[in-house]
Amino acid sequence: MRLYFKYMSILFKSQMQYRTSFLLLCAGQFFVPFAVFAAMYFLFERFGGLPGWTFHEAALCFGVIQMAFALAECFVRGFDAFSNLIVRGGFDRLLVRPRGTVIQVLGSNFEFTRFGRMLQSAVVLGIAVNGLSIAWTPAKIITLLLMIIGGVVVFSGIYILAATFCFWTVQGLEVANIFTDGGREMAQYPLDIYAKWVTRFFTFIIPFGAVSYLPLLYILGRADGPDLLCMAMPLASLLFLAPCLAVWRIGVRHYRSTGS
Amino acid sequence: MSLITLTGIGKSFKVAKRSAGFREAVKALFVREHTIVEALKDISFTVREGEIVGYIGPNGAGKSTTIKIMSGVLVPDQGACSIMGFTPWKDRVRYVRHIGVVFGQRSQLWWDVPVIDSFELLRDIYAIPPDIYRKNLDMLTEMLNLADILRTPVRQLSLGQRMRCEIAASLLHDPAILFLDEPTIGLDAESKIAVRNFIRTINRERGVTVILTTHDMHDIEALAGRILMIGKGTLLYDGSLSELRSRYGTQKTIKVDYKVSASPINVPGVQCLSWSSGRAVYTFDSDRIDITELINRLSAGGELADVEIGSRPVDDLILQLYKEHRV
Amino acid sequence: MNAPLSLLKMRFLMGLQYRAAAAAGILTQLFFGLILIMVYVAFYTHNGEAQPMTLKEVVAYVWLQQMFFTLIVLWQFDGELFELITGGNIAYELCRPWRLYPIWYAKLLAARLASVSLRCLPVALVVFILPEPYRMPLPASPAASLLFILTLLSGLLLVAAISMLVYISVFWTMSPVGSVLMIAVAGEFFAGMIVPVPLMPDWMQTFAGLLPFRWTVDFPFRVYTGHIGVREALAGIGIQMIWLAALAAAGEWLMGRALKRVVVQGG
Repeated sequence: MRLYFKYMSILFKSQMQYRTSFLLLCAGQFFVPFAVFAAMYFLFERFGGLPGWTFHEAALCFGVIQMAFALAECFVRGFDAFSNLIVRGGFDRLLVRPRGTVIQVLGSNFEFTRFGRMLQSAVVLGIAVNGLSIAWTPAKIITLLLMIIGGVVVFSGIYILAATFCFWTVQGLEVANIFTDGGREMAQYPLDIYAKWVTRFFTFIIPFGAVSYLPLLYILGRADGPDLLCMAMPLASLLFLAPCLAVWRIGVRHYRSTGS
Repeated sequence: MSLITLTGIGKSFKVAKRSAGFREAVKALFVREHTIVEALKDISFTVREGEIVGYIGPNGAGKSTTIKIMSGVLVPDQGACSIMGFTPWKDRVRYVRHIGVVFGQRSQLWWDVPVIDSFELLRDIYAIPPDIYRKNLDMLTEMLNLADILRTPVRQLSLGQRMRCEIAASLLHDPAILFLDEPTIGLDAESKIAVRNFIRTINRERGVTVILTTHDMHDIEALAGRILMIGKGTLLYDGSLSELRSRYGTQKTIKVDYKVSASPINVPGVQCLSWSSGRAVYTFDSDRIDITELINRLSAGGELADVEIGSRPVDDLILQLYKEHRV
Repeated sequence: MNAPLSLLKMRFLMGLQYRAAAAAGILTQLFFGLILIMVYVAFYTHNGEAQPMTLKEVVAYVWLQQMFFTLIVLWQFDGELFELITGGNIAYELCRPWRLYPIWYAKLLAARLASVSLRCLPVALVVFILPEPYRMPLPASPAASLLFILTLLSGLLLVAAISMLVYISVFWTMSPVGSVLMIAVAGEFFAGMIVPVPLMPDWMQTFAGLLPFRWTVDFPFRVYTGHIGVREALAGIGIQMIWLAALAAAGEWLMGRALKRVVVQGG
C-alpha cells in the first residue's frame, strides 16, 4: 500500500513538470463533462422532467457516477493506458521486478488532470444536494460514499478486463470504451428510464445498477427493500471485480508464454 | 558449481503475415494468416559464478528471447533452466530479486523526475534496507561518477549519462547476476570505456556474474572471457575469445605506407585489400607466410615510411563464423 | 494534384489496417446511439407535446451523428501534424514542392473519409432495421436525401477548414492542448453534437446561429429529416460556402504568417 503512494508521488512530480499543459488539460476535463451536464439541464428545462425524476435527483445520480469515473480514470489509469505500456515493452520491465503485476500496473500511471472532472462532479453534487430536501443521516452519507467507491470498483474492473485484452490484440479493445464511457453516459441518468434489458444487464453483469440505483432510492427515501440492503448494495461491485482480476492473471500467463 | 544452467530450451512464436497492396489489406480485414517461427532450438549451456559471458549473434537470432527466459519474463516451450536454484519463470517474484536487468534502449527510470527519485522508488520496490541502500548508492555514485547528475531529470541527460544511471539502478539491490542487453549502443567513446571499466570492476570486486548481449565487438574484447554465439535459434559456438582467435585468427593484416607512390606489389599467397598511392593493405596467413620475407617483398615497391601489422579484427572472426554456419 | 491524391490513398489504406478497432468502433456507435435514444424516449414520454423536434426527428439526428461521427466531429487528433508543428521538422515540409495548406487539408479530409467509410455502412445496416422506437427513419423525401448528401459533404469541407484553424493556432500556442480543447468543447456543443440545436434554449439557438459550427452537423441532419425544407436547404448551402471560403482564406493567410515566423526563427 505504501508502495502505491510512492508510485503516486513520483508520477505526480512527473506530471507537475508540465504545469501549463496540466492546467489546460485539467480545465478541459472540467468543461467536457460540464457540457454534458448543461445538456441535461437544458433538456430538463425543455421537457420538464423525466418519468419519476426531478432535475436535482437526476443530478445526484449524475454527480455520483461522474465522480466515480473521474476517480477511476485518475487512480486506475495504469490499466486504462495499459496498451501504451505493453507496446513500449514496459511490461517486461515490470516482470523483472519482485512485485506483483497488479500493483505495478496500478503504479505505472496516474492521470491527475482528472482532477478537473472530479471538481466538476463535486460542483454537480453540490447543486444536486442543494436542490434536494433530504434529511441527511450518517447512514445516508456513508451510502453516498459507498456509491462512489462502488462505482470506482466497477470502472476499475472494466479497465482491468480491457487491459487484459491487450495481451491478445496489440491494440487492446476499443470495445472497452462502450462500457467505460458508455457505461458512464448511461449510468449518469437514473437506471429505470431505460429499457428493461439495459437495466438488467447493468445491474447483474456490470453492476452499475447496484452502485447507483438502489442506494440512490434509499437516499431519496423511496426505497422498497430493507435499508441495510440498499446501503450495502455497492459492495456487490466487488463480486464483479474478482473475476476481472482472475482474467488478468490468465492474460499475464498468456503473455509470458507467447512473448510480446 | 554452475550458477546458471540451461538444458534443451526451445521456444516458438506465431507470427502474423502482413502483405502489401490494396487487395491484400482488404482481405486481411477478414482473415489473418500465421507462420510459426522457431526462435530457440535446444539451447544448453552453463555459466559459473563470477563469469562474464558475451552473448552474440545476428539480429533475430534469439538473443533477446534467451535473456527473457533467463530473467523470468518468458516461459519456454521445452527444456529446463535453473538459476541459483530457481526456475526463473516459475519463481518469478522470489527470483528476480537477485537479478539486475538493463535493456539497452528502454529506460527503467522515470523520465521527468531526478534520477535520485527513481533510485528511491526502486529502493522501495526492492525493499532494500536503508543502510544497504545508502552504502550501495554511495559506492555506485563514486564508481560511475554520478554525483553531479543525481538531481537531474532523466530526460535532460545525455545518453552516456543515462546509461550510467541505468546500470547503477540495476545494481542498487545487490543482484548476483546482471543481464545487460546492448549496454553500449549509441554511446560515445568515453562513455563506452567507462561502462566497460565499471563492468569489469563490479565483476572483479563484487563477484557479479554478467551476461552481456552486444553487437559491439570491442565490448567483447574488453570484457568477455567467454563467448556464446547464437544463430537462427541454435548455439553455434561456446568457448573463449582466445580459442576463437587461435582457431580462426592466424589471418593477419599488414598495412604499409610508402614515402613515394608506388605500384601495387603482387605477392603470391597474399591478398591485397586496398591500394592507393601511399598506402597498401594486405591480408595473409601468418602460418604460411614469413613476415620478414613479406616486408622485404613489399619494400621493393618503394621506400617504406610505416609498417603496421594487425590481428584480424574480431568482427571479421565473427563474420567468418556466421558464414560457416550460414546465418 | 497527384500528391494529395496519393496521400489520400495511403491514409485510406492505413485506416483499413485497424480492423479490430473498426469493429469496436461500430459497436461503440451503436451502443451510444441506443443509450441516447433511450434517454430521449424517457424525456418524450414525460412531455412529448409541442416540442421543436419530434422524437422521430431526434432519433434520426442521433443515428446520423453516430454514423458520420468520425466525419464531422471537430476533435480529431493527428499526432503527425502536431509533431510537425511543435517539433520543428516543419522545415522538411517546407522543402517540398507544394503549398502546405492544401496538403494538410487533404490529409485531414482523407483521415475523416477513411475512418467513416469503415463505420458508416455497418452502422447504417443495423439502425435501419432496429425495432421502434429506435429505428432510423428514412429521409423526408428524395430531394431531402440528395440535399442531405450535398450539405453533409460541404459540411465536411467546412469542418476540415475549422480543424485546419485549430492546427494552425498551435503554431502560436506550441502546445497541442490549449487551442484544441476549448474550441473542441465549444464547437461540439454549438454544432449540435451534445444537444440538437432546436432543443436548446431559444437564446442559445440565436447565439449558435452566429457561429459556423452548426452548419457542419445540425444543418445537414435537419435537412435529412425535412425539418429544414428544400428552399431553406439550398440557401443554407450558400451560407456553408461563404463560411468555407472565409475560414479557408483565414486559414491560408494565418498559415502563411505562421510559416514566416518559423522560417525567421530558424524553425
